Amino acid sequence: MAEIAIKGVAKRFGGFTALHQVDLKVADQEFMVLLGASGCGKTTLLRIVAGLETPSQGEVWIGGRRVDHLPPRDRGIAMVFQNYAVFPHLTVFENIAFGLRMKKLPQADVERRVNRTAELMHIEQLLKRYSGQLSGGQRQRVAVARALAMEPDVILMDEPLSNLDALLRLEMRAELKGVLAASKTTTIYVTHDQVEAMSLADRIAVMHQGRIVQAASPVEVYRNPAARFVGSFIGNPPMNFLPASKAANGSWNVAGLTLPGPKSDRQKIEFAIRPEDVDAGDNGLQATVRVIEPLGPHTLVTCDVEGGLFRAVLDSGSTVAVGDRLRLAPKPDRIRWFDPETTNAL
Amino acid sequence: MSAVAEAPVAATADARKAGDWLLVATTILLCVWVLLPIYLLIVNALSSPQEVTGFPKRFFPSFDLGSLAFFINFAGVAKALWNSVLVATLTMILSIGFGAPAGYALSRFDFPGKGTFRFLVLMTRAFPLPLLALPLAVMFIRTGLDDTAVGLALVHTTLALPFAVLITFSLFSGIPVELEEAAWTLGCTRWQAFRKVILPLALPGIAASAVFAFTISWNEVFAAAVLTIENRTLTAFLLQSLGESPLYLKFAGGAALVVPALIFIFAVRKYLFAMWGIANR
Repeated sequence: MAEIAIKGVAKRFGGFTALHQVDLKVADQEFMVLLGASGCGKTTLLRIVAGLETPSQGEVWIGGRRVDHLPPRDRGIAMVFQNYAVFPHLTVFENIAFGLRMKKLPQADVERRVNRTAELMHIEQLLKRYSGQLSGGQRQRVAVARALAMEPDVILMDEPLSNLDALLRLEMRAELKGVLAASKTTTIYVTHDQVEAMSLADRIAVMHQGRIVQAASPVEVYRNPAARFVGSFIGNPPMNFLPASKAANGSWNVAGLTLPGPKSDRQKIEFAIRPEDVDAGDNGLQATVRVIEPLGPHTLVTCDVEGGLFRAVLDSGSTVAVGDRLRLAPKPDRIRWFDPETTNAL
Repeated sequence: MSAVAEAPVAATADARKAGDWLLVATTILLCVWVLLPIYLLIVNALSSPQEVTGFPKRFFPSFDLGSLAFFINFAGVAKALWNSVLVATLTMILSIGFGAPAGYALSRFDFPGKGTFRFLVLMTRAFPLPLLALPLAVMFIRTGLDDTAVGLALVHTTLALPFAVLITFSLFSGIPVELEEAAWTLGCTRWQAFRKVILPLALPGIAASAVFAFTISWNEVFAAAVLTIENRTLTAFLLQSLGESPLYLKFAGGAALVVPALIFIFAVRKYLFAMWGIANR
């Protein structure tokens, strides 16, 4: 049982604030992904949980125990690093056994655990080799096996797949998900790759400028972004945003359409829709086609709507041409609204 | 058209050929520069005293050990040799003992004045030893350190320390900090992580920088000549006693100084190369 609680954790490096008062709870056995662009503080947060960085303020609890004053070795964690950090002077066997030997386990237990995790990660034929004789993917497997062999309460992963090539990444992603689910370990996984985040996570914590903007299930984060940033960061292509001005209380003018929306004191708010949530038809947003990208399963059309860029995903059978004027009708239940001042969802 | 097109090609080929020749010539020149004195030294050291002073010279030494035997049995040589080894060993221990932790601290920690510290480490090399030698001699006499191996080793340590610090600094910097952090997460204390992960990786480089410190002390003559009287090191002893001694004795003494230094550097050459190539990958 190891739930993680991060309470009001802040981190300042000199005058720079990397983390502002972050709160996050990770349930036992949950797979939590910290997602954000580089420099958003996600790695710093992970390193604070690991004990490799001390928070400027706040508390970290693992399994009901406050750990922020403890060194990494006393936290019941194991970590997988971005550059693998496989010890070059030890064989693969000794790498995986390293933590077990530190725990002073009997030799038989060490061998049993090393062999089991090596089998799990499909590296049992590499146990006698050194790191220099391994490929990137194999090194990654050793790093994961070394963490798993510790049988930790919590596994922390810092962009573990980012140094692998695309195909290998896909393969390792699926494998990691299976292995970690089977190990019943609580996991915090840092990545900047939204596809990786969506595919692995039980919950995603989207981070931006040292804050967690939203922590929710992948579908929730995708469908109901809590803030404009989440909508613009997640999804490829990302959400479309258009200015909306007040028509009446609870109704808004958007690019020639009048749509029912939230009640607000503001005169202007923002309308948002995912590219796949519009249909070309007779009614809708007035759009002029600028670029057409046939992608196979569907066609991506980039249009001008009220002088701004607007992307729509249309059926690959649609016969639009550059310069065409389209009417794009947003699906009413997929429309989202954002406050332009706070950037939060309305 | 074709003539115009070929001309520059021919010109670059000529330039490349000239470059190749220049490279070969420079390499040969540098090799001669380094090897010729060593060759002359060894040929003469391995010749009988008569051959050293005679003419014409032999191309190959006669492997007559007369000169060397005379040198070894020369009064005071054995003691000076022992002093040299003692001082150089102390210098080696002191410079690695102080230099390696300093190099580690420089590579792993950010602290105020880090840049200034690195600069000061280098600045110690900017002081000409003759400038320091007299005040040092006075101070050593007052503290009773004069004419002792420890005293001279301290001076040699100040000479060798900057190299020890800078070499171990680049050595530790070349070892990714993640390896250390991984060891911490796997149950190590800071010291255990250093001993089990960093030290094994850095050891060849540390050994090389130790040998380098040894060689600096072994070769140093000025401080040794000023600060010791009874307990002279080999360099100081040779400087003092060989001024008026016959030529063959000078050659034997020179060989006795140069050959060990050459052997040391040769023995650790692999680590000296590895020092720059050490990496995680």
